[in-house]
Amino acid sequence: MKRYLAVAAALMLAASGLLATAPSSAQSSKGEIVIGVQCDRTGATQIVGTVLCPGLHDYVALVNSKGGVEGYMIKAIEIDHEYKVPPGVEAYERHKKEGAVTMSIYGTPHIYALAAKLTEDRIPGTSPGFGSAAAADGQRYPYIFPIAATYWSQAAAATDFAKKQLGGTLKSKKIAYLFYDNPAGREPIEVLEDLATKEGFQLKTFAVPPPGVEMGAQVLDIAQRYRADFVISHLFGGAPSVSIKELKRVGFPLKKVIGLVWASAEANIEGAGGFGVADGYYVMQFAGVGTDYPVLNEIREMYKKQGKPAPKEMASTVFYNRGVLIGALHVEAIRNALKAKPDGKITGDDVKKGFEKINNFTLGGLVPPLKITPQDHEGGGLVQIWQVKDNKFVKVTDWFAAYQDVVAKHIKEAGAKKS
Amino acid sequence: MALYRLPIARWTVAALGILFFLVIPFTLHEYFLSVANLVWIAVIGALGLNILVGYTGQVSIGHGAFMSVGAYTAANLANRLGSPWPVNLLAGGLMAALIGAIVGIPSLRIKGLYLAIATLAGQLIIEWTINHVTFISGGVQASIEVARPRLGPVVLNTQRDMYYFLLVFVVLAIIGTMNLMRTRVGRAFIAIRDQDIAAEIIGINIFRYKLLAFAISSFYAGVTGVLYTYFLGIANYEQFQIGVSIDYLAMIIIGGLGSVLGSIFGAVFVTLLPIVIRYAMEAFGGVFFNQQTVLNLIPNLRLMLFGALIIFFLIVEPEGLNRLWRNIRNYFRVWPFAY
Repeated sequence: MKRYLAVAAALMLAASGLLATAPSSAQSSKGEIVIGVQCDRTGATQIVGTVLCPGLHDYVALVNSKGGVEGYMIKAIEIDHEYKVPPGVEAYERHKKEGAVTMSIYGTPHIYALAAKLTEDRIPGTSPGFGSAAAADGQRYPYIFPIAATYWSQAAAATDFAKKQLGGTLKSKKIAYLFYDNPAGREPIEVLEDLATKEGFQLKTFAVPPPGVEMGAQVLDIAQRYRADFVISHLFGGAPSVSIKELKRVGFPLKKVIGLVWASAEANIEGAGGFGVADGYYVMQFAGVGTDYPVLNEIREMYKKQGKPAPKEMASTVFYNRGVLIGALHVEAIRNALKAKPDGKITGDDVKKGFEKINNFTLGGLVPPLKITPQDHEGGGLVQIWQVKDNKFVKVTDWFAAYQDVVAKHIKEAGAKKS
Repeated sequence: MALYRLPIARWTVAALGILFFLVIPFTLHEYFLSVANLVWIAVIGALGLNILVGYTGQVSIGHGAFMSVGAYTAANLANRLGSPWPVNLLAGGLMAALIGAIVGIPSLRIKGLYLAIATLAGQLIIEWTINHVTFISGGVQASIEVARPRLGPVVLNTQRDMYYFLLVFVVLAIIGTMNLMRTRVGRAFIAIRDQDIAAEIIGINIFRYKLLAFAISSFYAGVTGVLYTYFLGIANYEQFQIGVSIDYLAMIIIGGLGSVLGSIFGAVFVTLLPIVIRYAMEAFGGVFFNQQTVLNLIPNLRLMLFGALIIFFLIVEPEGLNRLWRNIRNYFRVWPFAY
């Protein structure tokens, strides 16, 4: 007993000694602007977080290496929450304590859990590609910014794409919606049902229960009983890989399948057995894919100057580029805020207005030409479709959005229901 | 038996009261209060689970689901009927107690690991139901926004308001549990845990008391869920999934089964340790590694350290932090003498 106490006391002393001598970073700039970054590098969605977060940090480092924003340095403080809600709440409060004027939230339950807090504290929080589609309504959720196509816009775009692939009409075609059975997976169904009536196609939904590794029956049903003309697949984590494998196994042509944004990364394709296996599979993206963008060249250049190799995360371009996109939009919002208030004393409210001024900021094609307004926090719901072809992703369409009237109707209904 | 056997005990309680009701809320930054609030929520939940697992000996992996029952009951009442929070809190607790008693029915025939699996099924069924029945979940997103609780004209929305709001219930939960264990009901629970056949022979109605244990434990869970909902301003089913049940089990095992103080220690330990480890690593991680590596390392190392510390404490004292604390206290009681 005594020995353990002694060891514990010694450890505590050592820790406090190190804490006291921890280096403090000196700054030569006008000051620092803090972004609170939540991340998941260890939890359920770590295949996203371990690549996306480095992308965000690299972009911030690039901005700082070029002198910051209007002379101010950007500090992105990252906290990992393991995709659990209480640590996410703690991370939010910690970021607030550190003076964050904008928050990059990560995770659907987290954006729900923090929605009330963000609004009360008047700090903008982003939920790119996840969270509630109804949050696109900037009047109803003034401090929440999806800043990328929501699940409703994604479903609408996927339907439009299917229509073009099936010869310009969906009349009496059969569309299968294969989805992960959680709120995020079910969210697009109401939009798809509306579109089914509007376009006259038949819609059948196939739920995959969590954890999403068992979908043999659903896929067989799609391929051989229902005989779908097109499949919209909305899966997460390891499930997309399984879906590609299973569809391939039952002989369903992958060029009649489109995966929404979380079923669309290199990791998903590799998990299915590689690009050769998934040949033909379409994927939806809210950030550019590939390595051929000026901003990515600059990041590589930055690493070269420091005498370091480019980080290996850059090879996983889908998630890495999304990280860059998130970082870039936050930085742009801060830039707009600082332009309006050159004294640098910006608050969450200023950054919120900064987000709402983002217009046609494309970062050389990596970011869609979003137009975020006080009404529309989604920025237009733009996506690109890419295809697995010749061992890489090949761009099939440029940025587009579809059936915006239908999506807008649902956003309005959701707002009316809740207020 | 006197409530305070030594005068120092009375002073300790008074000092703790002053510390938690006056010193902490007025000296600490809002951030630390938010952490304290997370701890308070965990304490109530852990106390509830300990009544069932620690005192009555019925293993349950459904605690998270019972919390969600309370949360959705309160959220629906608040939004559909506009009822005030005390009503919702009670209703949430009672509804969870009812569902808990139903899920507890298998405990009448099966024990141990088998019961654990049965409650696991309960967890999954409740999750599925909330997820698919839009009447309960309020829509496909399975999230219901709830207005902040009010006390008369005051809206409780800052972390300090929430701190007091939650602390009151923590005190009630602690006193409630301690009292419960001094009653006939509590004694019956302990008798069932120690040997249920013997308990039945001396006249304890196993049927009634096992279900009562499930109901009381779930009542605590339901109240935790309601408080959590008011704390966040939203009920969302993803906050109450199976992982939460496991976390609560971890709390009471680390803290000490069958003790009030153990539940508190466990809740504090499991909630705070990751935060403390992160602070420590942020402070001197930069000494050893570059920034990008630290970012990747912190969360992973934190998980490893967390696991290692749990193993360490359980090896040092398998009966949990509560026993460790008693050992330390006993050692210092006669210090500097060995006995």
